Amino acid sequence: MNAAADKLSHYSRIGLWVGLAILLAAPFIGLYPIFMMTALCFAIFACAFNLLLGFTGLLSFGHAAYLGAAAYATGWLVRSAHLSPELGVLAGTLVAALCGLVVGLIAIRRQGIYFAMVTLAMAQMIYFVFLQASFTGGEDGLQGVPRGALFGLLPLANDKVMYYVVLAVFVAVFLFIIRIVHSPYGQVLKAIRENEARAVSLGYDVDRYKLLAFVLSTALAGLAGSMKTLVVGFASLTDAHWSLSGEVVLMTLLGGMGTFAGPVIGAFTIIGLQNFLADQVGSWINVIIGVIFVVCVVAFRKGFVGELIAWLQRRQGH
Amino acid sequence: MDIFGIPIQAFMGQLMLGLVNGSFYAMLSLGLAVIFGLLGIVNFAHGALYMIGAYVAYVLLDRFGINYWFALVLSPIAVGALGVVIERTLLKRLYKIDPIYGLLLTFGLALIAEGVFRYWFDVSGQSYPVPDLLQGATNLGFMVLPNYRAWVVVASLTVCLGTWFVIERTRLGAYLRAGTENPALVQAFGINVPVMVMLTYGAGAGLAALAGVLAAPVIQVTPLMGSNLIIVVFAVVVIGGMGSILGSILTGLALGLIEGLTKVFYPEASSIVVFVIMAIVLMIRPAGLFGKEK
Amino acid sequence: MKLTKLTAACAVAATTMFGASAQAQISGDVIKIGFITDLSGLYADIDGPAGAEAIKMAIADLGGAVAGKKIELLVADHQNKPDVAAAKAREWFDQQGMDMLIGGTNSGTGLAMAKVALEKKKPYLSIGAGSSALTNDQCSPYTIHYAYDTVALAKGTAPAVVKAGGKSWYFLTADYAFGTALQADATTAVTKSGGSVVGSVRAPLAASDFSSFLLQAQSSKAQILGLANAGGDTINAVKAANEFGLTKTMKLAGLLMFINDVHSLGLKATQGMYLTDSWYWNQNAETRAWSKRFFDKFKRMPSSLQAADYSAAQFYLAAVKAINSDDGEKTMEQMRKSKVNDMYAKGGYIRADGSMIHDMYLMQVKTPEQSTTPWDYYNVVATTKGEDAFLTKAESKCALWK
Repeated sequence: MNAAADKLSHYSRIGLWVGLAILLAAPFIGLYPIFMMTALCFAIFACAFNLLLGFTGLLSFGHAAYLGAAAYATGWLVRSAHLSPELGVLAGTLVAALCGLVVGLIAIRRQGIYFAMVTLAMAQMIYFVFLQASFTGGEDGLQGVPRGALFGLLPLANDKVMYYVVLAVFVAVFLFIIRIVHSPYGQVLKAIRENEARAVSLGYDVDRYKLLAFVLSTALAGLAGSMKTLVVGFASLTDAHWSLSGEVVLMTLLGGMGTFAGPVIGAFTIIGLQNFLADQVGSWINVIIGVIFVVCVVAFRKGFVGELIAWLQRRQGH
Repeated sequence: MDIFGIPIQAFMGQLMLGLVNGSFYAMLSLGLAVIFGLLGIVNFAHGALYMIGAYVAYVLLDRFGINYWFALVLSPIAVGALGVVIERTLLKRLYKIDPIYGLLLTFGLALIAEGVFRYWFDVSGQSYPVPDLLQGATNLGFMVLPNYRAWVVVASLTVCLGTWFVIERTRLGAYLRAGTENPALVQAFGINVPVMVMLTYGAGAGLAALAGVLAAPVIQVTPLMGSNLIIVVFAVVVIGGMGSILGSILTGLALGLIEGLTKVFYPEASSIVVFVIMAIVLMIRPAGLFGKEK
Repeated sequence: MKLTKLTAACAVAATTMFGASAQAQISGDVIKIGFITDLSGLYADIDGPAGAEAIKMAIADLGGAVAGKKIELLVADHQNKPDVAAAKAREWFDQQGMDMLIGGTNSGTGLAMAKVALEKKKPYLSIGAGSSALTNDQCSPYTIHYAYDTVALAKGTAPAVVKAGGKSWYFLTADYAFGTALQADATTAVTKSGGSVVGSVRAPLAASDFSSFLLQAQSSKAQILGLANAGGDTINAVKAANEFGLTKTMKLAGLLMFINDVHSLGLKATQGMYLTDSWYWNQNAETRAWSKRFFDKFKRMPSSLQAADYSAAQFYLAAVKAINSDDGEKTMEQMRKSKVNDMYAKGGYIRADGSMIHDMYLMQVKTPEQSTTPWDYYNVVATTKGEDAFLTKAESKCALWK
């Protein structure tokens, strides 16, 4: 079995480098930077969501609220309060974490479906705040957010420059999540996911662990939202709408729940489909997303990466 | 005479309207509660089934000239059959695994239904006329109440109470409840549990469709009518207690009234008052008002 | 367990090929016009795919080419999401070499696209969006607000209704930026004409049931119910108003209504309603002739927006022809010097703030008995001259127009 695990690790390492190489070269091989950046932001979002669902076993059904909260916070601070981009992103992330803390404190007592429903309801309330508050611009969105200069030195208006900044943040988040999962804390999360009662009986304060995971996840989701606002220049209600919450579930499911690269693949696929097909099929895109949902749940629960791993493991077994 | 600065006439009028809306909520959450309470499935497709029910009524009238009263019977049957098909082909594979997948599946189905109907029909919606028998309005003194809305209240309450009665007080209901709690045992008694489950989902779908037909003359029949409502209905079911039929009915009615009052004093908040209540209830009574911890 | 990023690599590469288009085509030999609107949602009828076809008609009527270059039309659905609209606009400017963007319905998307066009220094002709902000605090040297805005609607409807006896108003407003702007502009217009606003209520956007709000309106005892909403909200509100007998005691003023809304509701429900629009298919022989062509294709009469789509496309292409160039700045300059004289508007011109100044018309919906042919829905009651219809210099906050 050790040989098999090593082989898998070996493939992973190759895959990692190849993936990184492609992402590094992207603007020079004809891939549209704005699309890549948007996809990377949603990849961060999906990875954050996966931390909660795939590694801790908690389904948060209103996760877009945190992305939206950070998006609006960063947008307003950078545009109207003239904060520099890195401070704006930091502030946005903190705002999202705070929202996550509040929701988490209310929701953590509940399990499974009830937890999901509570998170959904709380997310709707957050959405309502954005709908009503004047600073968000309501249906028009918060527009005209400048990219500014990173640390006052690096001008971000150039798409290529911005792309590498976003890529750096993405890689950092990706590695951070791997670190968390492999740490002792991550092992406890895994234990909670597999059998919460047993974890409790072993003496772990399960609620504290779950709450921390929730806040981490919402903070990273917020980071995704903040970056996205800088990339496209505005924040809108779509960022906090429950349909986005549904989409991130799909991204994670499709890519592979509980894997590292899965959410990234899922995010790129869904964003890619929306981008590519929006011209051709218009609102049929929702039907397609619905079909993917159904197919995934019925026949493809492990997602791309999960199925690939299973296939590789089957091969080792022979 | 004024209540809180609102003339009593307006106040009573709003309560009356709230009661009408509450009846809708009660009916919709009833179907949802039946499906969750008995099958453990969080049926996100409920809003879509409601929408399809309304459209079946519309098509029956528009293409075939079949009127409202027949639609009240035919539409639930048609959509109920659709529900049975969904259960047989898709849902039954998910019973043994995490209920989250059931939620996600029905979510996907709702997206498909909405998208397809957006393609077939206009998003701005179709008009469905009030049936002749129920046209006109009655002057109640403090407001003019359209007869049709009075009918909605009566019909919804009848259906709700009837369903509650069947499930809680009859033998069939007892089989249903037992069959979902302990299928193997009930099966051993010779009762065909899978068929029962299938028909239960179909019945829930039929209830949603019935609500859709009742709603058609009141609001525009649009592909989006389900998704606008579904989250609110979920909140109602959660507040009432996810397994409790009676809880959903009472909560639905109560919410209608509370929403009606909110519209008078702080109309912008009328769309989220249900979530505020849900958060409060869940903090005090985690299983919902009438629910039992599962 | 470390993951196989080999798949990640392959799949990422494959899926990004989906989203990112091939190497950018610089528009050297082709004039590319983009049209981003709501193709499938709440406003798909009043603009939507038929609007795209109207633009295609405009291009075809010019022979498909101008100044020796072929004309190409790109169409996309923004699904009423500003981010989708802005992303598409940006992508087309960057990757497709788009020369001019026509903006469809929904103000949020309109404002977002205007910003992108400003950044890329390309002409942006906004047709469907109603927000007056496009030529007010958010005016831009590259934006032309072509068809209508909330100020014009308010100034068209309110004074005439007040003069006709509707002095006390109550507003039913859709609770979003556009609705509140519409209410604000209408309130100003009502009070300036000597009327008064006795109250208002804000309904959530896309509320399905207006009964309780209408009840409040009724108890206010106002003469006029101003509907500061659009699309499905207006339709639902009018339906409910009829159902509750509101129309017996109050008159309805639809602040933003199109002929498709009237068609959807039927004359019985809408008769007597006042509304302002920039164009009506049955106004004169010229409008009738063009509308018949539209009707033959779509089996329904065009809305003012679809007519404006046609007119705007031709207006831009005429400018391109005149200076033999599709350069952004030069075409804007040329359009500012030109007049709009076609079946859509007579003597229309572009003001310093970007508004296309043209006449607006107050219509009243006919009774079922008055209507003689299909789609014969309006009586044109009054004409507001262009100069009076839009925001005045004193009221404007546009930095370009001082």
